[in-house]
Amino acid sequence: MANTFELITSTTVGAGGSSSIDFTSIASTYTDLLIKLSTRQTGSAVGYQFGIRFNGSSSGYSRILLYGDGVAVNAGGGSAETFARIAFTQSSTYTANTFNNVELYIPNYAGSAYKSFSTDGVSEGNATQIYSAGIYAGLWSNTAAITSISISEYSGSGTNFAQYTTAYLYGVKNA
Amino acid sequence: MPNPTKIIIDCSTGIEEIIELTDAEVAEMTYAAELAAEKKAEEDAEAASDAIAKAALLVKLGITADEAKLLLA
Repeated sequence: MANTFELITSTTVGAGGSSSIDFTSIASTYTDLLIKLSTRQTGSAVGYQFGIRFNGSSSGYSRILLYGDGVAVNAGGGSAETFARIAFTQSSTYTANTFNNVELYIPNYAGSAYKSFSTDGVSEGNATQIYSAGIYAGLWSNTAAITSISISEYSGSGTNFAQYTTAYLYGVKNA
Repeated sequence: MPNPTKIIIDCSTGIEEIIELTDAEVAEMTYAAELAAEKKAEEDAEAASDAIAKAALLVKLGITADEAKLLLA
C-alpha cells in the first residue's frame, strides 16, 4: 500500500493556452505515479474525451468507463485506440470560470508487465444534461517502463488547454 | 499565424519549456480531429437511431418508458 507521495513536478498553463502537457525523463525510482489535473478547454465542443500517451506511443490502449451526464448513467469502452482516454473535456460550454478535476493513478509504471491505470474525473456544467462525471479503467498493452507522459486533447475537438489549467505529477512509494 | 504551443517538463531537471508545434504535429492533430469528428458523428447517429427504435417499440407495446423500466426491474 502506498505510504509516501512526493511531488515530482507541476505546471500551470499560461495565457496563450497549450495543446499538450508533457512530462519527460520520469525516473523509475517510484512504485506508482499519480497525476492530478484541473483543466479547461478553449473550445466549445461537448462530449469529447481527452487523454494521455505513454512514451509517445500511439497504439495499444484500451479502456472501459462508467459515466453520468445528469440524466442517465452510461457505460462505454474501446480497444486498440491511439491514446488513453481519461476524462471528458470541460469546454467553454460548461459553467464559466470552472475547471474539471481529474485524478489518474498508474501502478507499477516502471515494471515489465502491461501498464494498467485508473482515473476519476468530474466537471461542472450548469445544464440539464452534460457529461459531468466518469471513472475509467484502462490498459496500455506495452511492457516498456513509462518514462514520459503526454496529456492532450487527442480526441479531436481541436482545442487547447486554457490558461490556469494545472497538472501535478507525484511519485508514490510503498516503502 | 503561429502554431499552437506545448509544455514540456523534464522531470530529471525540473526545466519547463514552451515549444511551438511543428507543422507535422499540427497536421497530425488536424487529422486526429477529423477522425474523432467522424467517429463521434457515427456514435451520435447510432445513439439517436437506438432512441428512435426504443420509442417505436414502446408505442408498439402501448406502454410508457417508466412502465418498461418497471417490467425490466
